[in-house]
Amino acid sequence: MTMTPRSARIRTTGIAGVALFAVLALAGCSSSTADQAAPTQTPAAGGVTPEIQGTVTVFAAASLTETFDALKLAFESANPGVEVVYNYGGSSALAEQIVQGAPVDVFAAASTATMTTVTDESLTAADPVNFATNTLEIAVPVGNPGKVTGLDDFADKDLAIAVCAVEVPCGAASAKIFAATDITPSVDTYEQDVKSVLTKVELGEADAGLVYVTDVKAAGDKVEGVEFPEAAYAVNDYPIATLADSTSPDAATAFVDFVLSDEGQAALSAAGFGTP
Amino acid sequence: MLPLVALVVRAPWGSLLELLSRDEVAQALGLSLGSAALATAICLVLGVPLAVILARSTNWPSPVRRLVRALVTVPLVLPPVVGGVALLLLLGRRGLIGQWLDEWFGFTIPFTTVAVVIAQVFVAMPFLVLAVEGAIRGVDSRLETAAATLGASRFTVFRRITLPLVAPGVSAGALLCFTRALGEFGATITFAGSFPGVTQTLPITTYLELQRDPDAAIALSLVLMVVSVAVLVSLRDRWVPGLSA
Repeated sequence: MTMTPRSARIRTTGIAGVALFAVLALAGCSSSTADQAAPTQTPAAGGVTPEIQGTVTVFAAASLTETFDALKLAFESANPGVEVVYNYGGSSALAEQIVQGAPVDVFAAASTATMTTVTDESLTAADPVNFATNTLEIAVPVGNPGKVTGLDDFADKDLAIAVCAVEVPCGAASAKIFAATDITPSVDTYEQDVKSVLTKVELGEADAGLVYVTDVKAAGDKVEGVEFPEAAYAVNDYPIATLADSTSPDAATAFVDFVLSDEGQAALSAAGFGTP
Repeated sequence: MLPLVALVVRAPWGSLLELLSRDEVAQALGLSLGSAALATAICLVLGVPLAVILARSTNWPSPVRRLVRALVTVPLVLPPVVGGVALLLLLGRRGLIGQWLDEWFGFTIPFTTVAVVIAQVFVAMPFLVLAVEGAIRGVDSRLETAAATLGASRFTVFRRITLPLVAPGVSAGALLCFTRALGEFGATITFAGSFPGVTQTLPITTYLELQRDPDAAIALSLVLMVVSVAVLVSLRDRWVPGLSA
C-alpha cells in the first residue's frame, strides 16, 4: 500500500507519540514502586532512628473523623516523610471494600464484628488491638423541638426518628439497646453511617437520632445531646489493625503505635471515647 | 459490557429464586416498580407539555430559550446526591417550601414514599422532555399545515396529527424515564432516607445487602440489569436514534 507523504508523516508521529507515552508510563510506574519498596533509611549511627517514609492509607469508622484528623496533624509533624490519607465511612462498608481488594494500610473499625469480616479473610498482618470504646447518646436538633427526654420517646410515632442501619456498628448497638430495654422504636429512616444520622438531626429533618457520645461532642452547638442510662447496655469496642498487603508496613505500624500511645489515647479521651 | 458479563457469570443461579423471594427484597422490588411507574406518569403529565413548549420556542429570544433548556437539562448533569441535598433544602422540614407545608398542613415529605417519587421525577424528567422534544421537532410541519388548511383547530392538529406522529418518541422517552427512575440512588437516599417498604428502593437494598450478604446483592443487581436491558432492547432505532440496542 503506497502512502502519501502526509499520511506517512501522520503515521510516524502517531507511533512516536504512543512510544513516548509508553516510555513515560513505564517510567512513572517503576519509579513509584521503587519509592514504596525501598523507604529511604539513613544508617543508624549513634542511636538515631531511621526516617519512616511512605503514604499510609487508613480506612476508619465515620465516628473517628474529627479525632483522627487531629492525630494526622500530630503524626505527620512527628514523621515528616509520611503522609496519612483517610477514607471515612460505615465500618461494614469499609470492611467490604477491604475484602474486595481495596489497597489499605490500616483499618480502624467501630466494632469487633466488622473487623472480624476482615480477619476472617486473613487480611490483617497481626491480631487487631482495641484502642477505644464508645457508647451511644441521643442527638436532638437545637432547641429540642420534639421535646425528647429519654429513650422511651423513640417509640413515639409522631416523632421523626433516625437510627443507623443494623449492619453498621452504631446500628448494631442501637438494636442491642432496644432489645435489652424492650422498646419498639418507630424508626423513620435507617442511615448508612452514624454521620448521616447526625446530619439528619442537624438539618432538623429528624427529631431524634442515636449517635455516639463522641459525635454529639464533635458537632458542638449544631446539635444537643440527651444522655440516657440504657446506653450502658451496648459499649462498642474499636479495634485497629494493619493489613498484610500494606505497601508501607513500617509507616502503618508507626501509625497504629501512635494511636495506641499516650498522645493518641489522650486525644481520643478528649473527644469523648472511653478507654479500651 | 464486560462488567455485565461478570455479573451474569458470578450470579448465584442456584439460590436466585430463594434470594429474590425474601421479604425485604420483594418489598423493595414492589416499591421500586410502583414508585418508578408513578414517577413516569407524573413525568408524562408535566413533561409532554414542557416538551411542546420547548419545541415550539424557536421564535423566543435566544437567552430565554437557552435558559429554559438549561433548567430542564440540569438534573441530567447534576450528581444525584446534589439533587437530593437540593430537594432536602427545598422540601425538607426546614426547607424553603417544606417548612410552610409542615406549619400549615402538618405534612412532612422526607421519609415518605412521596419523597421517593419526587426524587425520581426530578432526575428522570429531562430524559422524557428531551426525547419528546426531539420527536416533535422531527414532525414534518407540512402535515400540520395541511391539516390546518383543511379546517382543523390548533388543538385538533395537535391531537390528531402531531401526537400520533410523536407517540413512538413519547414511549421511548417514557421507557428511559422509567429505567432512570428505577435506578435512582443518591437523591433518594439523601432526601427520602431508607426504611424497608417505605423508602428503601431496590438500589438502596442492593447497597445494604453488599455489606451483609453479597450473593443477595448480586441477585438484585441482576434484576436491575435485566429490567434495564429489556427496556433498551424494546426501544426501536427510529424512535431514539443511537440509543437503541
